[in-house]
Amino acid sequence: MTLQQIYFGYFATMMTIISLLVVSRKNPVHSVLWMLVLFVHMAGLYLFLNAEFLAAVQIIVYAGAIMVLFLFVIMLLNLRKEEKEFRLQKQWPVSAVTAVLFLVVLVSILGKITVLPELGEYSIDMINAQGSLMTIGNVLYTKYLLPFEIASVLLLVAIVGAVVLAKKRIE
Amino acid sequence: MPGTYIPTDYFPVLVILLIASAIGLGALVAGILVRPRRPYAQKLTPYESGNPPIGEPRSQFSVKFYIIAMLFVVFDVEAVFMYPWAVAYDKLGIFGFVEMMLFMFILLIGYIYVWKKGAFNWE
Repeated sequence: MTLQQIYFGYFATMMTIISLLVVSRKNPVHSVLWMLVLFVHMAGLYLFLNAEFLAAVQIIVYAGAIMVLFLFVIMLLNLRKEEKEFRLQKQWPVSAVTAVLFLVVLVSILGKITVLPELGEYSIDMINAQGSLMTIGNVLYTKYLLPFEIASVLLLVAIVGAVVLAKKRIE
Repeated sequence: MPGTYIPTDYFPVLVILLIASAIGLGALVAGILVRPRRPYAQKLTPYESGNPPIGEPRSQFSVKFYIIAMLFVVFDVEAVFMYPWAVAYDKLGIFGFVEMMLFMFILLIGYIYVWKKGAFNWE
């Protein structure tokens, strides 16, 4: 086994196990804490893909900010009754069929994915030479200018949405 | 090739994570091994400044916490966008500056909206 296989194998296996722990915990706060571990492992996988900045953002935004949001929502809902109820929802047969179909798709494409020999200009060596942040900055603020500006509108929608929804509940 | 890269630069981070987990777990394990276990009812009740505990430990949080958390996420993402911009600033020049000002202006509208709506007021 190569080092790459060990690295990927560890993260893939752990992420599967942790994901199962997240959905199977009785206490929703425990689920959230396992999700925190999951996010840290996702950052490890981003590092493996040579995406250092994405790994850092994963920790800062997901493990930091979004996790707090999740915890506040759980505290807000004040789950007590739901914890003791039957775990499977009404729609579980539909979910099961979808999951099995998706598994069939995944298994059928297994081993058929080939990486193209030519990989474009952003190779690992090029990114390492220039720096991950520098490369992202150069591309994001020139070539992908419009998506970047649209992101600000999306964030504006999130601000307005949160205030409109929550203000109604306070009054 | 993607998937052949091992982030060796981050090995010190792994070492720190391992040491931190070892200290955290080690303290708990050492506690289990060392402390005497003589529990009784009063010792097991949650400590509430010497008063007998009242009600459930988990109560419903105010929705105000949610607004604060949501706004934190939004402005956190805004700050994240500034990192690559700041690093690549020399190459982007005045064009990049105008671009970021537009980005921040759109979010400033949101900030003023939140302020005027009084979402920052706790009362």
